[in-house]
Amino acid sequence: MDLLLSALDILMRWDVALALLAGSIGGVLIGAIPGVGPAVAIAILLPATFSMDPIVGLTVLLGIYGSSMYGGAIPAILINTPGTAVNALTTYDGYPMTARGEPQRALSLAYSASFFGGVFSVICLILFAPLLAKVAPLFGSREIFLAALLGLLLVVVAHRGQALIAGALAAFGIFIQTIGLEPIKYSQRYTFDQDFLGSGINLIVVVLGLFALSQAFVLLMDEDEKVHITKLRGGMFQGLRELARHPRIATVSASFGVLMGMIPGVGEFTAQFMSYTYAQKTSKRPQDFGNGSSEGLIAAETANNAVPAAAMVPLLALGIPGEALTAMMLSVFYVHNVVPGPALFQNKMDFVVALYLSLLILNVLVLLFLLVATKSLIQVVKIPNRFLGVCILTLSFVGVYSLRNSATDCVMAAAFGMLGYILKRLKLPAVPIILGMVLGGIMEVKLRAAMARVKQPFDFIDRPVAFILFLIIVLVLVAHAIRVLKDRKERKEAEWQTKTSSTGFGGLMLRRKDSFLKDRGKRVRARHSKLLRRLMDLF
Amino acid sequence: MPSETEHRFVGPRRGQLVFALAFVVLALLLLSQITDQTRWVEKTKFVAQPRFWPAVALGGMILMGGLHLYLLPWRRVSRQDMGEVRNWGRVLEYALWFMGYVLAVPVLGYLPVTLAFVPALSWRMGYRGRLMMGLSLGFALLTVVLFKGLLGVKIPGGAIYEYLPGALRSFFILNF
Repeated sequence: MDLLLSALDILMRWDVALALLAGSIGGVLIGAIPGVGPAVAIAILLPATFSMDPIVGLTVLLGIYGSSMYGGAIPAILINTPGTAVNALTTYDGYPMTARGEPQRALSLAYSASFFGGVFSVICLILFAPLLAKVAPLFGSREIFLAALLGLLLVVVAHRGQALIAGALAAFGIFIQTIGLEPIKYSQRYTFDQDFLGSGINLIVVVLGLFALSQAFVLLMDEDEKVHITKLRGGMFQGLRELARHPRIATVSASFGVLMGMIPGVGEFTAQFMSYTYAQKTSKRPQDFGNGSSEGLIAAETANNAVPAAAMVPLLALGIPGEALTAMMLSVFYVHNVVPGPALFQNKMDFVVALYLSLLILNVLVLLFLLVATKSLIQVVKIPNRFLGVCILTLSFVGVYSLRNSATDCVMAAAFGMLGYILKRLKLPAVPIILGMVLGGIMEVKLRAAMARVKQPFDFIDRPVAFILFLIIVLVLVAHAIRVLKDRKERKEAEWQTKTSSTGFGGLMLRRKDSFLKDRGKRVRARHSKLLRRLMDLF
Repeated sequence: MPSETEHRFVGPRRGQLVFALAFVVLALLLLSQITDQTRWVEKTKFVAQPRFWPAVALGGMILMGGLHLYLLPWRRVSRQDMGEVRNWGRVLEYALWFMGYVLAVPVLGYLPVTLAFVPALSWRMGYRGRLMMGLSLGFALLTVVLFKGLLGVKIPGGAIYEYLPGALRSFFILNF
């Protein structure tokens, strides 16, 4: 109780209230405009929050993170275009509802489900906080190193079919972070004797380039689309009543959101996928899923809105961000010399609870705002793409230039913007670069500290938490290898099915008979066996 | 007809080979410079060497990027690939617009440059109507007032403000 009161005391300030209001309304607006995700907005606003108190700055950013998904449901439901990437699943059931003349019902249900997900996760985590405070101190240098490695690994393997290039891009992120003056031995690394590289490449410059500028380039190169919006009729409160009829799906989906949100690198997509599949499998009308099912909409929206609060857990408890948005928030902590990690949970628990409470208040504010203002808000969907690109380009300048007033930073941001544009065109992920930068830095420091006390390699995992983390890393790698082999087998089977000739041993021998019997075949085999013998002799 | 490997490939075909090739070549070039660009310190543990993490990162880039390149279902650069590279090049125009804006602000001041930049780029994007021009000007003014005037982000006043008379000069330097 004392903890709650002291947390409320932190929040009882006019600037925090203003930050909550600006974050919630700004987040909804940003989410509602397709093409501007929370990552773009947070990247642009990041330097502006450095001059604020940590709680005020973080509240604005958390507000944008938490409320953008509410806003993202609007275009997903009305025009079949997700406002933010995580609202993609909302289009499956939201848009068919609009198509059959029930946009109001779909919107109201999406808001109610999002609200439930948001509030459920915050309450879970407030109740969970004392336990976390006990577990967090068990994490020393080697545990944090292993957790960061696990986070990076999960981000990489989460990109199915692109794990190799995601891994290569994560390694690129780690490389960027090593550029500049090495702080222990004071030696330059990859600076090529250039002064501007001496202080390293700033994370915010890379973030702004990869997320904001690249998005501006995509929009500027794009065509404007004509948008037709269906008129909204009826009340907005029916969704709350409808949600109350599906408490099981809402609770299970929110729990998936909380659990998946806490695991670095997994996040909204996995939570949504699991809860949607669960809802479909347990539904009495599974055939409705994808055709305007209210249960499908509830599963998708509840799960994604339960993630932001949970995603703050690895960041606050261990100082390890699990995805790009929390990685950006980490820099706000560093600027204010508040180092997230086990010590934060031990010494500033009220600060942590205050953050969660602000998320709780935020959810209420957003729901109220949306219930009242949706009809006027949907007009933002009509902003033309290319004009939006102009706006993002203008705002990106504020983000990069205000950092150090350096034109070199802007050149670097523009270069990363072009790289981000190429990655977007090729549908390759940019997030591993950011996480490679952030987690690479953490891993370097923690491994050095941990190895100072390690005599034998096995000493590294002789503590229970370290051992468990090591086991999870091995399990993730094994599971990934099994999946790759399974995919390969499936591909081979599909290839065989499209072939007209027999794949049996006899058929194969028959087709190869010329090679076995004719002189040329014999000569070729003799040459191959000679080469093989020579190769073997080398060893 | 595309093969099963091509069919299952995540993402479009155009440009993949060029990107993967460029990525691996860059990583190899950077690795070739590792002895020049990093130091090996005597009496220091292996993992604490300044060279350790750049080597790990570049090794990862080459190994995983190389495997990605090797497993790509295409071996020749096609006409579509070159078309895609030209598309990447076209972005340079907007990057130059951005750099022009960056270089003009310290000289001409944040407010005047933004008031000119946003409508000019909107004009370039094909918006000619009064409504869009008005919106551009309004957006430019709002951005400057919000970020420089209200939030007080660090953007220096333009050199041109030095020519303004006394009180107006400091007002402009502080707020616009």
